[in-house]
Amino acid sequence: MSAYAETLHHGPAKGISRWILTTNHKDIGTLYLVFSLIMLFIGGTMAFVIRAELFQPGLQLVMPEFFNQMTTMHGLIMIFGAVMPAFVGLANWQVPLMIGAPDMALPRLNNFSFWILPFAFAMLLSTLFMPGGAPDFGWTFYAPLSTTYAPPSVTFFVFAIHMMGISSILGAINVIVTIFNMRAPGMKMMDLPLFVWSWLITAFLLIAVMPVLAAVVTMVLMDVHFGTSFFSAAGGGDPVLFQHVFWFFAHPEVYIMVLPAFGVISEIIPTFARKPLFGYRAMVLATVAIAFLSFIVWAHHMFTVGMPLTGELFFMYTTMLIAVPTGVKVFNWISTMFRGAMTFETPMLFAIAFIVLFTIGGLSGLMLAIAPADFQYHDTYFVVAHFHYVLVPGSVFGIIAAVYYWLPKWSGKMYDEKLGQWHFWLSFIGVNLTFFPMHFVGLAGMPRRIPDYALQFADFNMLTSIGAFLFGTTQLLFVYILIKTVRSGKAADQLPWEGARGLEWSVPTPAPYHTFTTPPELNKE
Amino acid sequence: MAHHSAYYVPPQSHWPIIGAVGLFLTLGGAAALIYSLQQESGSLLAQIMLNSGALILAGMMIGWFAAVIAESRQGLYSPQMDRSFRYGMSWFIFSEVMFFFAFFGVLFYIRVFAVPWLDGEGDKGLASMLWPQFQASWPLMQAPNPEQFPPIREVINPWHIPLINTILLVGSSFTLLAAHKALKREDRSKLKSWLGLTIVLGLTFLGLQIYEYIHAYTELDLTLHSGIYGATFFMLTGFHGAHVTIGSIILLVLLLRVFQGHFTPDSHFAFEAGSWYWHFVDVVWIFLFTTVYLL
Repeated sequence: MSAYAETLHHGPAKGISRWILTTNHKDIGTLYLVFSLIMLFIGGTMAFVIRAELFQPGLQLVMPEFFNQMTTMHGLIMIFGAVMPAFVGLANWQVPLMIGAPDMALPRLNNFSFWILPFAFAMLLSTLFMPGGAPDFGWTFYAPLSTTYAPPSVTFFVFAIHMMGISSILGAINVIVTIFNMRAPGMKMMDLPLFVWSWLITAFLLIAVMPVLAAVVTMVLMDVHFGTSFFSAAGGGDPVLFQHVFWFFAHPEVYIMVLPAFGVISEIIPTFARKPLFGYRAMVLATVAIAFLSFIVWAHHMFTVGMPLTGELFFMYTTMLIAVPTGVKVFNWISTMFRGAMTFETPMLFAIAFIVLFTIGGLSGLMLAIAPADFQYHDTYFVVAHFHYVLVPGSVFGIIAAVYYWLPKWSGKMYDEKLGQWHFWLSFIGVNLTFFPMHFVGLAGMPRRIPDYALQFADFNMLTSIGAFLFGTTQLLFVYILIKTVRSGKAADQLPWEGARGLEWSVPTPAPYHTFTTPPELNKE
Repeated sequence: MAHHSAYYVPPQSHWPIIGAVGLFLTLGGAAALIYSLQQESGSLLAQIMLNSGALILAGMMIGWFAAVIAESRQGLYSPQMDRSFRYGMSWFIFSEVMFFFAFFGVLFYIRVFAVPWLDGEGDKGLASMLWPQFQASWPLMQAPNPEQFPPIREVINPWHIPLINTILLVGSSFTLLAAHKALKREDRSKLKSWLGLTIVLGLTFLGLQIYEYIHAYTELDLTLHSGIYGATFFMLTGFHGAHVTIGSIILLVLLLRVFQGHFTPDSHFAFEAGSWYWHFVDVVWIFLFTTVYLL
């Protein structure tokens, strides 16, 4: 009992044990965010290798085998190491603050979810140093590349994925229980901030599909080592079955990586437009609709495998349907800004860029959804352009916007606005220079995941590589801004953004170690 | 004591990091062991990792749960806290449902699409050109390439051991229900005997399942290697059996706690969580019995 009283009244513990043993949602949120930033640079270094090799046609720097390992590890690290943990970190910081809860519902489980991750990625990265090299079958690990033709390190890949899955499921359970059970008295579901709503849906998707990923890697392991034939036609199985199970996981996974960003944008746009969000209810329903549809569109990733015609049509139409709720969201964000008293601080710049560039990614997605057209686009750089547009200026810009937006509350300090603007414009130029030309080379037929290319693609590839180097180095500026803010930033006000609403702004700046130990009184606006 | 109406946020805990290390050693050790078997290299280090990891995980679970039980018995938990545990357990079981959903999905895809296509059904008609002599059937006794995947002599007769197992497992759900009712009536001796009987039924199920596996391997040539029927059969029944094992351990811990005098008619969340898990495992079996053995 004394220990209980202590946690209530004391600040954080001293030294390294604070971070290892913590049960505090803010500490754990910080851990997730820092971890994700480190992973962003490791995955980014791999992208550097890829773009350096593709700077010119021909093989200059790396062997094709190593190139394949780079594309594979880049994808795995960015998805499971950078984007997903960053959003969990944001959820950890913000969900309790935004619903008036003292902490996450299951604080020890929360710390367990985080600390699994460094070990999982240590295991995954160790494969780079194994005989035969790291996994080289693409992050999608299609059978038989990941079974019959896999390097021996595939075994460690499977178990690393299992650890990431356990971490994600436990983290998602925590978020969902927190939102259902820990809301301040009187806060109804339809009072929840949209960031919280979108994380609720995301957590549901995580719990639903991470077990499917566990199942599919288990079958890979069984096929590799224990003589089963799930993905081998010689035994009556089917390599296409792998793709079905994998994409049943991986399509909802795509929304797992973007729904929380939708939530962030829905918080930022009203603040800097100084208007309440347009169509709150429609936003919630659109998120639910997107989550539902995400379960019945998976085979649009496999239009070229030879599905029956009914399958092609079904998955084409359901995929196109997703444009409707997504369109509702884009419309509502724009309507929120319409006739707003707008200012353009760094978070708002990233948020507006998100809307514009994510929409580009959405539209190329719509092109890819058309089955007969997809036969042409499949496995080209057009696909690479599409999913990088939704993931980089989509998810990653969403994360960066969130960090700039809430950093004053977290750290009590204000970032340097001028440097923030530089960060934005350099990122904006870099990202478009990197990914826009990929549309052209893709439509012209340049295949993805190949270390060499035909001469006619040389100019665009050089542009892409220059853009990638610019974008990558710009993120060092981001790190500099973060460190400068925390160490020597100007003190921030309790309400650093005049248009900001919500419970998280009602606590002092910086947010005390423990907030809302007694539930807040809600004053309805 | 007034502040106890607030939500209990536990102090610093070393169990999560111990759990993370234990999980890493267990899974890393398992990976290294499988890897070394394939490479035919030494596996001593892998075995040490696996075993120490498993021990650490077991110790972590005991320590962590003991801490939670102690907090609960000190009265630190509010009804809101109780709800957190309930929701948490429900969503965990949902994740388990999805895990099995994936394997059942695999089974249906194989039966409805993959195997008939290999025999030339459907509008593609190309897969059948790989093995022209292949004939589709279910259970699939002979794989398209019998040299690589030797044929099955016979499949398990559902009306022998599987039927008995169905009766045992469905019965155990009812005995567990009886134990729960006894707990609510504060009838401790009935609680002990019903709960004990449930565990006996569960362990008997497992024993028969092991016997069935040995029978399949030694007499029926039904193995993991015997093509897709064997693969789906052992994957589904194997993971189900693993869950029955976990469930039995949970029930055993509950029984030990009952003997320690734990649980009251109003407060026995651990008992309820354990029984939810057991009923879930039972429901999976009913699906399994129908789709794997019967149909």
